[in-house]
Amino acid sequence: MIELFLSRYVYLMIVILLVLGLYGMLGKRNLLKKVIGMNIFQTAIFLFFIEGATKLGGSVPVIDPQLGTEAVKYVNPLPHVLILTGIVVALSLTGAALAFLIVIYRAYRTLDDKSIMSIMKEMSE
Amino acid sequence: MSSLSILILAPLLLFSFIATLVGIWRLTWAYIAAVIGMAVALVAAGAGIFRVLTEGELHHYLGGWPPPFGIEYVLDHLSAFMAVIIVFVGLIVVIYPPEAGLYYAPRKGVPMYGLIMLLIAGLVGVIVTGDLFNLFVFLEIYSLASYALITLGGDRAVVASFRYLVLGTIAGSFYLLGVGFIYFSTGTLNMADAAQRLPPLYGSPTIMAAAALIVTGMGIKMALFPLHVWLPDAHSYAPPVIAAVLAGIQIEVAAYVVVRMLLTIFQPQYFIEVLPVTTVIGWIAAAGIIFGSVMAIAQREFKRMLAYSTVAQVAYIGLGIGLANPLGLIGGLLHILNHAFMKSSLFLIAGGIRYQTGLHEIPQFAGLGRKMPLMMAAFTVAALSMVGIPPTCGFFSKWYLVLGGIDAHNWVFVAVILLSSLLTAVYFFRMIEKLYAVPSSGDPAVEQATEPSARILVPILILAIGIIVLGLINALIVTQVLQPVVALLP
Repeated sequence: MIELFLSRYVYLMIVILLVLGLYGMLGKRNLLKKVIGMNIFQTAIFLFFIEGATKLGGSVPVIDPQLGTEAVKYVNPLPHVLILTGIVVALSLTGAALAFLIVIYRAYRTLDDKSIMSIMKEMSE
Repeated sequence: MSSLSILILAPLLLFSFIATLVGIWRLTWAYIAAVIGMAVALVAAGAGIFRVLTEGELHHYLGGWPPPFGIEYVLDHLSAFMAVIIVFVGLIVVIYPPEAGLYYAPRKGVPMYGLIMLLIAGLVGVIVTGDLFNLFVFLEIYSLASYALITLGGDRAVVASFRYLVLGTIAGSFYLLGVGFIYFSTGTLNMADAAQRLPPLYGSPTIMAAAALIVTGMGIKMALFPLHVWLPDAHSYAPPVIAAVLAGIQIEVAAYVVVRMLLTIFQPQYFIEVLPVTTVIGWIAAAGIIFGSVMAIAQREFKRMLAYSTVAQVAYIGLGIGLANPLGLIGGLLHILNHAFMKSSLFLIAGGIRYQTGLHEIPQFAGLGRKMPLMMAAFTVAALSMVGIPPTCGFFSKWYLVLGGIDAHNWVFVAVILLSSLLTAVYFFRMIEKLYAVPSSGDPAVEQATEPSARILVPILILAIGIIVLGLINALIVTQVLQPVVALLP
């Protein structure tokens, strides 16, 4: 049990982060906290990709004459590249979300989900 | 080798930049740029489906790198079919005048046309790509464009768009996580390559989790019932022209991804026998059809009624996937095409009514039928098609779904389709009755209403005529385009 934990502890951390992020997005009433939850959730997925690419003792993925051409001696570069794109996507999503929050705050003077709902109801009546 | 697939995408991306830049100076120029870009892309998509029908699949290797190392763009029967639908509806929507589509003339510098082009480019990208991660990137491109477009509907729309952004991000992240599981199990991101490497791994819990994550994510994006919570607000607060794109083609693309998973990446047997994915989708879709129809009956506001009707209609596509036999899936895929025409024309009509009269609640519409005969005739055609009355196209997709249900001996699904046709008839015939039979209440907005200008009418009439034409040529579409797609199914 302890050995399994020690060899897989990174994945455990990723699962904790994923759950934390989901809780932030769905469980929190403050819209800004939802954005923070969103960021934690996405970062956990990035960590998962990076962890999958790691090889203990692996070298930079540029062919080194001393190490030869065996793939096991180099870290897998592809997940890093994917996650670079993923970070750009996450950044633009965060940017859009923050811009929306500014508009929402100017219109309703609050970022609390329940208060916004009640103000919207009052306005439509 | 053929570069047609990239030729559909390139003008859309290029003109989205051009439309944004010239839109800062003059809105008319952005309008012209968007129409040109869509028209060029439509020509490429038309050439694409023509060549696929005569020559078979078309592959394009980006940068000349062959798969599985490089990114591959594939145009097969299914993707060529979807690409034509998407670009055609996109063209109609950009032709529709912005002042009617947004309730107000957009201010100089509002990059509406650039964003619509970007949205369509993202949708086409999802369709043509043959790479799992590339699909994620296009998924987020179109999602971001649609979040921004929804906010053009005002303060309430911004709140709806924010909720959609949070749920849409969960959906996209689930997809990315699923792709990560597939990548670390098979070592490839190319769809065709993954399909070959997956069968020995079918028993692995990792692959099961990947399939479940991807389908759940796409279930959120296509608003399958219990995951539809974001849709009614987002679609009814968005401006009509944006709602037409979102309901007509945007959510159907998520359904396409599920079909792609079912047919190409995993073999159909995996989703049918090993994991009960199709069974689950089928039953929640059946529940969604009833729920959406009943909720639509309860609405007073026209666009909100259409939004709930979308929840029901997209569940028909889910039902086709759930049946997972050739006839059922043909019905589902045909419904993607039909729903694109029906729902986008209905939303454009909602925009036209609002622009001409300022009315948006169904009880206020009494007597409008005689004031705007052409637009209301188009509405009647679309409404009859939604109910499923021949020769409109809506009849035929339901017909194939019923045949598929009989084929699978699933009498509950058959009953659900028939019952929901009745429920759809309730909410649309109620409106038709208001428009034609109920005398006007003397409301000055109705009394002074006139037929809208040709710029508003022409796109609506093209879609209405298209609904009847598609109904008449449906046998051709089914035998030429859709039968090769479903040939893989048992």
